[in-house]
Amino acid sequence: MGEVLFFVAGIGAVAGAIGVVAVRNPFYSVLALVSHLLCLAALFLLLRAEFVAAAQVVVYAGAVMVLYVFVVAYIGGQDEPLGPRAGQSLKLVSAVFGGLLFIELCVATLGSGLKLIDTGGAVVQPSFGSPAEIGALLLTKFLLPFEIASFLLLIAAVGAVVLARRRGGLTAAEEQAQFSAMDVLRPSYTGTMAEAVGGPHALPKPAASGIDAAPEPAAATAERAEQGPPPTASPPEEER
Amino acid sequence: MDIGWFLAVSALIFTIGAAGVLTRRSPLVVLLCLELMLNAANLALIAFARMHGNHDGQIFAVIVMVVAACEVTVGLGVIVAMHRRRLPIDVDEMQELQG
Repeated sequence: MGEVLFFVAGIGAVAGAIGVVAVRNPFYSVLALVSHLLCLAALFLLLRAEFVAAAQVVVYAGAVMVLYVFVVAYIGGQDEPLGPRAGQSLKLVSAVFGGLLFIELCVATLGSGLKLIDTGGAVVQPSFGSPAEIGALLLTKFLLPFEIASFLLLIAAVGAVVLARRRGGLTAAEEQAQFSAMDVLRPSYTGTMAEAVGGPHALPKPAASGIDAAPEPAAATAERAEQGPPPTASPPEEER
Repeated sequence: MDIGWFLAVSALIFTIGAAGVLTRRSPLVVLLCLELMLNAANLALIAFARMHGNHDGQIFAVIVMVVAACEVTVGLGVIVAMHRRRLPIDVDEMQELQG
């Protein structure tokens, strides 16, 4: 039973990996990677790593792949010609490199002379790899790596937002194109992004006799503080 | 199953991923191939954890997954920024990192 499951999952994983590399459309590459990850989770289960298998399915095949699909849809998954532009030579070199790497890895792992490598592994408890064991280890022996990993995730999230944010607000055409019912219903200066950023279509300042005299200077100073010195400081930032 | 079989599958997947990084031109697919290589390393780690009857390799695999998720977020952010600036989505064309 274990052998059958291993060969089914192993062949599925390798086929998924080949699909990622060989398929022309990036969207299908992502789908091939999802099937590869599911097969790999089955292999993890065969190795008694239940928690890692569950995390693989939920985090990888669920969350990360959705991120990939979103980006592929955003970029537009255009077909790209397979293979390098330099021609066949680089493809040949990479195939030779891959073969050599495979041989080297097999020598490094299978030829390591470890005694248990030709057995099914050490005798373990039935609870080996369960979430309880992993969780206890993460909060006792491996507390420091766990905390560092959480900080790394925080930094990566902030970095992704900084990298992918839109600089300089909406363009005039985009701002014209957006029109919602709230534009009519909502009174001026009740806190929209257009008022805060003061882009090309910033709302005119409310007249002093309009609502109150008090909100106007407060909003104006807040706006100025938000922008900094706008005309001088923004062009260098744009170039950078 | 013997642990050696799992290691062989891991080596094969790593090789396929490395060949993909070398040959593909779209940075999205290059990131996907990096995922393949990380997953192959995860499989080897878990196989060795099973071999020793020790949980350390599994913890290592979890941390590798965290690092891979970070790499994906930042890498996809870079790709989105490239797309915003109308740069070509092609690793051969991108020859400088100056923003």
